[in-house]
Amino acid sequence: MPTSVPVSWYLILSAILFGLGVAGFIYRRNIITVFMSIELMLNAVNLTFITFSYTLKQVDGHIFSFFVMVVAAAEAAVGLAIILTVFKNRETLMIDDVSSMKY
Amino acid sequence: MTALIFFLFASIAVFCGISLVTQTHPIASALSLIGVMGSLAILYLQLGGEFIAAAQVIVYAGAIMVLFVFVIMLLNAGAEGTSLQMSNFAKYAGIFVLAAFLGLISFVIQAMLPKTEGVVFGAFQGGTALNIGRKLFTTYLLPFEVTSVLILIAILGAMVLARREI
Amino acid sequence: MFLWLIPILPFLGFLINGLFGRRMPKSMVNLFAIGSVTLSFLWAVKTLVGLSPLETKYIEHYFTWIQSGALNISIDFAIDRLTAVMLMVVTGVGLLIHIYSIGYMADEDGYYRFFAYLNLFMFFMLVLVLAQNFLVLFVGWEGVGLCSYLLIGYYFLERFATNAGNKAFIVNRIGDFGFSLAIFLVVRQFGSLDFTKVFDAAKPMPTETSAGILTTICLLLLVGAAGKSAQIPLYVWLPDAMAGPTPVSALIHAATMVTAGVYMTARSATLFTHAPIAMDTVAVIGLATAFFAATIGLAQTDIKKVFAYSTVSQLGYMFLGAGVGAFSAGIFHLMTHAFFKALLFLGAGAVIHGLHGEQDLRQMGGLFKHMRITAITLLCASIAISGFPFTSGFFSKDAILVAAYERAPWMYWVGVLTAGMTAFYVFRAWFLAFTGEYRGHAHPHESPLVMIGPLMLLAVLSIFGGFINVPHWLEPMFGERPENQTLAWLSAGVGVIGIATAYLFYVARPGMADGFAKAMNGLYTLVYNKYFVDEIYDAAVVTPVVKGSRIFLWRGIDAGLIDGIVNGFGSRSRGVGNILKLLQSGNIRSYAAWVVLGSVLLLLAIGFGGATR
Repeated sequence: MPTSVPVSWYLILSAILFGLGVAGFIYRRNIITVFMSIELMLNAVNLTFITFSYTLKQVDGHIFSFFVMVVAAAEAAVGLAIILTVFKNRETLMIDDVSSMKY
Repeated sequence: MTALIFFLFASIAVFCGISLVTQTHPIASALSLIGVMGSLAILYLQLGGEFIAAAQVIVYAGAIMVLFVFVIMLLNAGAEGTSLQMSNFAKYAGIFVLAAFLGLISFVIQAMLPKTEGVVFGAFQGGTALNIGRKLFTTYLLPFEVTSVLILIAILGAMVLARREI
Repeated sequence: MFLWLIPILPFLGFLINGLFGRRMPKSMVNLFAIGSVTLSFLWAVKTLVGLSPLETKYIEHYFTWIQSGALNISIDFAIDRLTAVMLMVVTGVGLLIHIYSIGYMADEDGYYRFFAYLNLFMFFMLVLVLAQNFLVLFVGWEGVGLCSYLLIGYYFLERFATNAGNKAFIVNRIGDFGFSLAIFLVVRQFGSLDFTKVFDAAKPMPTETSAGILTTICLLLLVGAAGKSAQIPLYVWLPDAMAGPTPVSALIHAATMVTAGVYMTARSATLFTHAPIAMDTVAVIGLATAFFAATIGLAQTDIKKVFAYSTVSQLGYMFLGAGVGAFSAGIFHLMTHAFFKALLFLGAGAVIHGLHGEQDLRQMGGLFKHMRITAITLLCASIAISGFPFTSGFFSKDAILVAAYERAPWMYWVGVLTAGMTAFYVFRAWFLAFTGEYRGHAHPHESPLVMIGPLMLLAVLSIFGGFINVPHWLEPMFGERPENQTLAWLSAGVGVIGIATAYLFYVARPGMADGFAKAMNGLYTLVYNKYFVDEIYDAAVVTPVVKGSRIFLWRGIDAGLIDGIVNGFGSRSRGVGNILKLLQSGNIRSYAAWVVLGSVLLLLAIGFGGATR
């Protein structure tokens, strides 16, 4: 086992987490689980930002990551409020049942 | 030492991620996500992002995920019937394809970045609150202000959407 | 000198009567209509007196109308001796007919509309006469065509009236097409449309012995004149134009509008004299029309149709005069014809008015004791048109015939024969209407003074108007004309023979006419049905055009192609939309799948687009 980890491995980890997020986003039927997959994707991107910030020895990546976090918080708040409203009207959390916008 | 910590928490993160995608009950998924966030915080610390690691734990894991859990409890969401609606063939073939895809990505990334560089804990000292604050309030002032408006809008939106209809 | 007042005063009358006439009492409508024409007449007289002796042309320049490159067309009015004659005829006879119309149209609907159109006609005719360039003349030309259409179709609720108006306008239009081509050629040849410039440039040009540019221009001008002045082959509109009220027939289709073609030919005399081929064509067409129309007039039973064909025939005489070089004789005949033809029509109108609308000669008869003054004035007109010695018609017709003899003797003999036929059919009409026993069912009565007055004045002019020596007056413009007493008395004699023949057929032995008609049945039918010219035109020209338009242009191109393209755009868009709407499945997971697919494609594009090394 090498004493230091190449930077590229952090990026690979980020790619794996992102791919898992995409898989959850496409394949799960519960709305809340889909939402959590989106949060997983955002976390993966945060890791990439921090890694590159380390590589370039600049702090800008940290700030981007900070903003991503803020926006994710806002998005979670509003998104969960929407989910609540949908649940109130449709009595279901399965996204396949919320398809009345069909042509 | 660095490598050990990296591998440990990286595998915890991947394991929690897989569990998030495959668990049936939403609460289990939420707890998995908290696990992912925690391990990522450790990894940020290793890369010199102490402020971001703290923010991750406080904001992300501590507030957003709590919100998620609250909503799951509020909606009384139960377990799904089957978590992944695929045939057996698609399931196993999908794992194979995914593994192949990830291998490809790894190869590309390895080839692009120089291998000599390694992560040393403490090599990057710029991730302090001081540095972040300096950059935030000078170069990135406008996005900062805009983001605050964004949060305001989100608050208003959430309040309007969730109120009881009279 | 304010020449522009002469046309503008009737135009003001048109505006006032047209815009406000509906709410005005008849007396006010009369005031504006008659008053404006009277003022115009008086102003014309004053101008002419002020300008006499009119050795040179008097031009007033108003403003530039078109300025394009080297072409400069301005609005100018001018008076020379020719214009003076036309002005007096148009305003004078026009005024008399306006006064007459007060009585004739008294019981008609839309009284104000009639006078408004009549004033508008006077405006355009005066513009035509006063014009100093071809384009302003053309404006007046078109305008009188428009007014003719409006007035022929005056009884617009009657189908035959509106059809007649359409026919007049459309046939005129064919002539106008020829006129337009002539104008274009003039611009191309001379670079200007101003009369002075064009004619000064044309004078030194050599006389063309074969078809050249001047011949082409003159032939096209002839096409225009044939349309407006009802010559062969474009005369067919004038008999149908009798559908309009009788004062309209008198003013427009006897005295003024139809003479516009003759005036234009006389005005362009310089061009015509340089193109003998065109002049001969004019003379031959004029003579043929005169003869042809006279033969048709022999058998007509409607009194207005008789006079309509007579007008066509007399116009042929005027063109004959122009064609043989006797332009002043043509204009002289124009003036005298205005007198006696207007009188004939107005008299016929008085008869029709007295019989409450009856126009068929076979329903008239013995009207002399009921309408003495009308009968006497019509008698004066009839002897004038027959060329009875010392009447106006004698002097003018003989000036033309003498000039024709100088050109080609056979033209003279055909003209004399036509004069005999003219005398015959005019007196046939007179005898059928005023002698014998009354064959109708109405209660004939004399017309009011407002109608009789103009008749009497025109009768005086018809008898004594020949002493106004117009050819002498026009000598500086058109040169001296030869005189030949023998030929003149010969044609007058033929006229008297015509009168006597008519007397024989219709008064002395009433049954002779019918006997002749039965004996020459085929010929009679041919003449009675106007040689079936209208039917031939209908079959050869009108029906193919209408059918072609309807089937090919309307259904084929307009509804099929153009509408098809436009509708095709709509249905094509709808088709594309039908395909694109399948994306909106309502299934959120499929949307998610599309998002992922899009991002993958984006990554591929960036990767292979060279963003990475």
